[in-house]
Amino acid sequence: MITTFFWGLAAFLLMNAFACLSRAFRGPTVVDRILATNVVNTKALVVLVLLGLAFRRSLLLDVALVYGLLNFGITIAASRFLETGRIRGSWQP
Amino acid sequence: MNALWLGLVMTLACIGAAFFCVGTLGLLRLPDFYTRAHAVSKCDTVGAGSILLALALYVAPHPEALKILLLLALVLLSSPTSCHALAHAAHHTGLQPFGSAREVR
Repeated sequence: MITTFFWGLAAFLLMNAFACLSRAFRGPTVVDRILATNVVNTKALVVLVLLGLAFRRSLLLDVALVYGLLNFGITIAASRFLETGRIRGSWQP
Repeated sequence: MNALWLGLVMTLACIGAAFFCVGTLGLLRLPDFYTRAHAVSKCDTVGAGSILLALALYVAPHPEALKILLLLALVLLSSPTSCHALAHAAHHTGLQPFGSAREVR
């Protein structure tokens, strides 16, 4: 019974993620697209944990952990690149 | 696993799903980037935190619950930080908030 509930919750979150993907498609600025991608990644992380519990695979929790770390790093790197125009090197000249 | 515990898990998960739905609505309907970032960072943090807390309560005696709690701590730390960095970058590149041009005139 609870597995069916998990499947329904994962399907609902995937519908929300596709709705957010439309904002990433037609967002007027670059930061809108990065924000929508960040939201889609957070939803995908929760969906991965739900699928790991529904399939009883502990491996998907590790995949979700790496996914969250990659999401954080990519968003921070993209915002730093937008703000300073460089990825590596010192902030101040 | 008694019914009360399962009811607590389902209630927390439904609260998280409702917060996710409100965050999606805010991302789709609000007028400019700053209001969208406001809606998304709050609703996404609370939604993911609530659902992950419910799943950690569901697997509670098992040591996998610690991994889900680690994931919850990661989401609670990283989501507001990345939204703040994005809003700071947008403000630094000169994106005007909604309605600010009308106030100048």
